[in-house]
Amino acid sequence: MEPGSALRRPTPAPPLLALRGISKRYGAVQALADVELEVRAGQVVALVGDNGAGKSTLIRVVAGVDSADEGVIEWDGRPVQITRPHEAQDLGIATVYQDLALCDNLDVVGNLFLGREIHRAGVLDEVEMERLTLDLLDMLAIRMPDVRLPVASLSGGQRQTVAISRSLLGEPRLVLLDEPTAALGIEQTAQVLDLVDQLRERGLGVLLISHNMGDIKAVADWVAVLRLGRNNGFFDVTTTSHEQIISSITGATDNAVTRRKTPGWEVQP
Amino acid sequence: MSRTWALRKQKPPGGQGAAGGTATAAGRRAPAFGAQNPLDLLRRRFHSGELGSVPVALGLIVVWIIFESLNENFLSPRNLSNLTVDIVGTGMIAVGVVFVLLLGEIDLSVGSVSGLAAAAFAVLTVNHGVPEGLALLVAVLGGTAIGAVQGFFFAKVGVPAFVVTLAGLLGWNGLMLYILGVNGTINIDDKGLLAMLTSYYFNNVAAAYGLAALGTAGYFLVSYRDVRRRRAAGVPARPLSEILLRTGVLAVISLAAAVVLNQFLGLPLALLIFLVVLVGLDCVLRRTRYGRMIFALGGSVEAARRTGLNVDLVRISVFMVSGTMAAIGGLFLASRVTSASQTSGAGLLLMDAIAAAVIGGTSLFGGRGRTWSALLGVLVIQSIASGVALMGIRTAVQFMITGGVLLIAVVIDSLSRRAQKAHGRV
Repeated sequence: MEPGSALRRPTPAPPLLALRGISKRYGAVQALADVELEVRAGQVVALVGDNGAGKSTLIRVVAGVDSADEGVIEWDGRPVQITRPHEAQDLGIATVYQDLALCDNLDVVGNLFLGREIHRAGVLDEVEMERLTLDLLDMLAIRMPDVRLPVASLSGGQRQTVAISRSLLGEPRLVLLDEPTAALGIEQTAQVLDLVDQLRERGLGVLLISHNMGDIKAVADWVAVLRLGRNNGFFDVTTTSHEQIISSITGATDNAVTRRKTPGWEVQP
Repeated sequence: MSRTWALRKQKPPGGQGAAGGTATAAGRRAPAFGAQNPLDLLRRRFHSGELGSVPVALGLIVVWIIFESLNENFLSPRNLSNLTVDIVGTGMIAVGVVFVLLLGEIDLSVGSVSGLAAAAFAVLTVNHGVPEGLALLVAVLGGTAIGAVQGFFFAKVGVPAFVVTLAGLLGWNGLMLYILGVNGTINIDDKGLLAMLTSYYFNNVAAAYGLAALGTAGYFLVSYRDVRRRRAAGVPARPLSEILLRTGVLAVISLAAAVVLNQFLGLPLALLIFLVVLVGLDCVLRRTRYGRMIFALGGSVEAARRTGLNVDLVRISVFMVSGTMAAIGGLFLASRVTSASQTSGAGLLLMDAIAAAVIGGTSLFGGRGRTWSALLGVLVIQSIASGVALMGIRTAVQFMITGGVLLIAVVIDSLSRRAQKAHGRV
């Protein structure tokens, strides 16, 4: 989104991704109920909640792994259908799953281009792929010892950056990150958070699941809290305290704003 | 794809120790690779579990030195020439096994399939008068079809490959015995096309020398072109000295082989075919998208699936390759003895083929291996067999030696895998 667009148009640009009243049920379990969420370009939205709050389900719905039972997904203000992973990818939604899904035996270049290898006369063009890999890593200011080493020999943080870089090759506009810093050390966490900062500066929307309040304070612009499959608050990180967010996660407070915005809200027993 | 990124390229935010960012990109890349001396590279490779064919090459040299010191006929041109023909049958089967091992699976049916192919060829040509060329085609495609069936049960039905191919081991052996009928042994025309596969030698010395020169020159040209393209693209490239060194080693080995072969009967046709198959399938594995898919599946099925790869199709196709190569190998073995019998494809053939792939450095855990490992591994196994036979020791000793070598190979595989894990996730 160019900065000029807001000037030319009287109304603000529609959010990149907007979820309206998303519900999802697995058998007897109501995983998501009437969830609303907006992510704008150049914004990092942290999605938090206790275990079983529906964070992963929400990511799966946006990524097209699962489809919602009810509700509308809007992309650039237009309602869209996302029923399969490649439909999400075609829209420009890239997902980095918690388990990274890297092939340990392939090198960094092989992993980055897995499934979208570049050919030259029917033969893999390793030189071109390596060049693009180095360009991408340079641009993201990622330091990698050797892009021809199998990723099995990389550290956890490096593996995470490989996974995130791979998602960027498809030119996405929205990146979903599922707990990117879980199981990482302090130094490696900093690397990954730097990368998230870069995504924002490049005008991408980021939806980030995290359990770590420190990480959220460091990179997120907004925090969306889910509790028992429902919205339980949407906070501006700069003006909200840890305690407010945590009490919203644990259910110590029901957020008055969300209750007003979502009709049919009932306090869970 | 990259163009948009390049347009959006901007200075990375300062203050995060990004070490120069884009400005020094080219400058940073060059030393990152150029500064490595070969010793560093080897050490790093060991730590990352990528030793490749170094252990098996050393092992082969040790085996040769031992047997030569015990019997001076071992390294005679005659024995070595026979060795290069003897390895082809088992070697072809082992190449197919490499494909299956790359997936992290196993194909236990290759021995039986090879025997069945030989029997089918013999029955078709001798009993039914089918032309040899057509019978060859039927036998090979039969192997492909068997692979497709086994692959289907593995990929689509979800039966473990171990069990599917164990059933195949029994079933296809039974079918072979059935079509061979009461006779048990069928002799193949020893002047025919099939017999020629292993009995024809290019007597002209130019053939072996030409092949050696062609192979060396081809290797150099491909490597050199790669370096030039890499330099042009600003990507780290191997130093020219390394390429010259590798080419030199290859030149010495292939020239020595040519000299030895020319001292006996010349270049064997079987060896030529085997080398062509090895080079071709090596290109498929390392240079095509299909090969990359196989490696990806061997690394992580889930990761491969998420990139949109058709997992079932690749799995079935790999078992088809394995079945095809088993049939081809069986035909070469039958050609060597000019007959198909009830013992075709039985005995230690299956074990030898799998052992050859593993000894050559293909991992049992999937995702690591090359077609060349089939050549090196089968050379080790056949060298042991040949050395033991020359000395007139009982085969019991051969089994024990081969078993020991296999154990060493698997230990190396497991250790390098462990080293890789320890190195990665500290």
